[in-house]
Amino acid sequence: MISLLTYVAIILGIVAIARLVKVYELSATLKGGDTEEAVSDSDTKFNARLMLPFLIAFFGFCIYLVYSYKDNLLPESASEHGVEIDTLFNFNLIIIGIVFVAVNILLFYFAFKYYSRKGLKATYFAHSTKLEMIWTIVPALFLAVIIIYGLAVWNKITSPVDANKAVVMELFAEQFKWTARYGGSDNVLGESNYKLTADMNPLAIDTTDKHAWDDKIVNGEFHIPVNKVVLMYFRSKDVIHSAYMPHFRAQMNCVPGMKTEFHFTPTITTAQMREKTKNPDFDYVLLCNKICGATHWNMQMKIVVDSEVDYKKWLAEQKTFKEKSMAQSNAETKVALN
Amino acid sequence: MSSHAHTMDHADAHGHDDHGHDHSHDHHEQSFWTKYIFSTDHKMISKQFLITAIFMGIVAMMLSIFFRLQLAWPGQSFSMLEYFLGKKWAPNGVLDPNMYLALVTIHGTIMVFFVLTGGLSGTFSNLLIPLQIGARDMASGFLNMLSFWFFAVSSVIMFYSMFIETGPASAGWTIYPPLSALEEAMPGSGLGMTLWLVSMTLFVAGSLLGSINYIVTVLNLRTKGMTMTRLPLTIWAFFVTAILGVLSFPVLFAAVLLLIFDRSFGTSFYLSDIFISGQAMEQTGGSPVLFQHLFWFLGHPEVYIVLLPALGITSEVISTMSRKPIFGYRAMIGSILAIGFLSFIVWGHHMFITGMNPFLGSVFVFTTLLIAIPSAVKAFNYITTLWKGNLKFSPAMLFAIGLVSTFVTGGVTGIILADSALDINVHDTYFVVAHFHIVMGASAIFGMFCGVYHWFPRMFGRMMNNKLGYAHFWITFIAVYGVFFPMHFIGLTGVPRRYYSNEAFALFDNLQSINILITVFAIIGALAQGLFLFNFFYSMYRGKKSIQNPWESNTLEWTAPVEHLHGNWPGELPTVYRWPYDYSKPGKDVDFVPQTVPLSPGEEEH
Repeated sequence: MISLLTYVAIILGIVAIARLVKVYELSATLKGGDTEEAVSDSDTKFNARLMLPFLIAFFGFCIYLVYSYKDNLLPESASEHGVEIDTLFNFNLIIIGIVFVAVNILLFYFAFKYYSRKGLKATYFAHSTKLEMIWTIVPALFLAVIIIYGLAVWNKITSPVDANKAVVMELFAEQFKWTARYGGSDNVLGESNYKLTADMNPLAIDTTDKHAWDDKIVNGEFHIPVNKVVLMYFRSKDVIHSAYMPHFRAQMNCVPGMKTEFHFTPTITTAQMREKTKNPDFDYVLLCNKICGATHWNMQMKIVVDSEVDYKKWLAEQKTFKEKSMAQSNAETKVALN
Repeated sequence: MSSHAHTMDHADAHGHDDHGHDHSHDHHEQSFWTKYIFSTDHKMISKQFLITAIFMGIVAMMLSIFFRLQLAWPGQSFSMLEYFLGKKWAPNGVLDPNMYLALVTIHGTIMVFFVLTGGLSGTFSNLLIPLQIGARDMASGFLNMLSFWFFAVSSVIMFYSMFIETGPASAGWTIYPPLSALEEAMPGSGLGMTLWLVSMTLFVAGSLLGSINYIVTVLNLRTKGMTMTRLPLTIWAFFVTAILGVLSFPVLFAAVLLLIFDRSFGTSFYLSDIFISGQAMEQTGGSPVLFQHLFWFLGHPEVYIVLLPALGITSEVISTMSRKPIFGYRAMIGSILAIGFLSFIVWGHHMFITGMNPFLGSVFVFTTLLIAIPSAVKAFNYITTLWKGNLKFSPAMLFAIGLVSTFVTGGVTGIILADSALDINVHDTYFVVAHFHIVMGASAIFGMFCGVYHWFPRMFGRMMNNKLGYAHFWITFIAVYGVFFPMHFIGLTGVPRRYYSNEAFALFDNLQSINILITVFAIIGALAQGLFLFNFFYSMYRGKKSIQNPWESNTLEWTAPVEHLHGNWPGELPTVYRWPYDYSKPGKDVDFVPQTVPLSPGEEEH
């Protein structure tokens, strides 16, 4: 019933507006305001007068957003390369900020200033090689700087790292959870083959590979040491996921059938970051940033950045793949015997 | 049909001297079916495209409101959601997470392909190419009709896919496999995805038929005197757009076809080493990244397939309504060509963090940032065109100015995203959502509105109501920035796109108020489109009758009579003597000189 009434109200509303428009148009014609001109001077003036208020409101809105959300933005970068990314970002932001402000000012100011009125005639100005050269070359120069600076940072971030000096680990993605694996005492990840995936071997690790035996697999949260390069490899079990660690400005896709990698050096421990952000509950997180299904929005894992000592202590407490497998198979044997 | 084809052939063969014969056919009685449904007249086909796109646009906009409700008030019950989506997808009025993904997927698909590709190019290339180059119709009216009907059928299939039990395609509009390939991964990758692929296959076929026609028409059917450097910038834009379409859409077709094989016939182009639903799949050796290469080889030119027509329309409207020649006509053509060329060698910037070789990434950084140069030239040329003009603010002119603003505002953040090092942190976050909605979504939709307001009199012989147009523009413009500008900040907080809710992370706890703000703007913006719809349909039947050349424009379409004729001009085709931008030329009494006016003695062409 209510929906029927809603429909009736909508239809009546449309009819009413149609009548009003017609009445308005007729009265405008009668008053003689409706000239042959397709756009009346008064309409033009009205819109011209809205240009600057809009511009001011728009910039005001931008400033308001910066002011009210600056505390919500990501805190300072907690990784070495992240600091460089932030500096590069700010550098680019200044350039594009100037362009954004200047161009919008010119656009709306001209729209306000040169509105049509009696006696105004447009200037016939079809081209100027000089001007066009200026706004080809000046942006090109700025872009050259942006490209060179950006690529320098990119090359640094992506240049290979010596695995012997790094903590070698793996993030394994599946719908909708993460599992972390460490290289263990030999700091080498054991091989894997997706066909070996089983309840007892969710990461499909090749049990015949000796490097795998000392690997450590952890769920729920993983720890990494501060000021040490962490070399991460990524795998996926099912669909594409993306390992995104915003606080470290780190991200890499996890692609089934491929092994991808990314490395970074954490610089701030979780405890230090809690102090810096004055938030005792602060935690680093790993989230999924590539659409992967219904619970994509809640595919996460906690990251803890420890001091080297704490990290070693924590890692020592974790069972190796071999220990875990044996405990599991023992348990299963027990169940079977019972 | 046959009589028409005959007419066209005849007109082509005899060029300018043939009229009597041609004219006699205009009075040929047409049935309802040949006039309105299976029409081969470019003007009617253009209207068909427009109305279909408006319908699809309303659908896509409603979908966006549905998911915006969830984002602003996660987990809350809305009877509207249950009313539209049903008990299965919105139990007790709460949006289902799978349906959320379906909504964003279909919203994106419809907006990018059906509204801004089919709708924008389909409407204005069809309307303006023959009229502005002085041709009686497209090179092939029959292919043109087919192009629309492929589009229409693909629209129907896409629309229908929303009503099947397992829901429509949900893997995002980019449909990356394996997610889109495996029914086990999400319900939408079942029949919904099949329908999506079928629909897009037909869409590509329709788009190619259209594009080939546009290219041939522009190259071959220009009237006497209409050299390439006397073409309005609209035509240049449609022409290059059509070339981009012909070169890139087949690649999407290939990508889609291989995906169909992987899904249905057990091939492994994109699939490798997958373990899902307790089963190790047989397929091995394929690469999901291959799909991304193929997809973005279309996907990036697609951005310009969407944008160039909007920029072309804007060039024309800004010049006409400023009563000034477009500044730097040749530079504008050059930048259209440069953008078109560069758009083919930048696709990798969508893939910096897919595990693609970092050096390859560097190359794409370089090529991508180069695009900023022709884009900057265009923006500055628009602004210089306004400078010392005599601006008349029709609704079309306002939308053109809005486009320049969004094109710049959204364009500059592209510089951040194209920088691979910066992309690491903002990739796939709301920063990207903000960027492409402003630069591509809003700009192109503004271009489309600009075109509709400007050429409505040409399409329907009546004027749209200006006052409603102004209200429509200002509310839409404010709403666009209100919705998309704050998203930059959400992105810089690290919020990934396509998240059903931000509640799972303490990191995003303070963003609820900004999300509500966005949704409120979105609803206001959506309601404002009611003004447009009303104005559009009302003016179609009741609007003030238009005179022949209401905007006092120079281009050829305004030399044709208001009443639509099959063949566009009674009698001889117009002859062109000058470029289309002689506005306020010194030494002339009026501030416009149509292209059909010969140069007076001693007068120099621009």
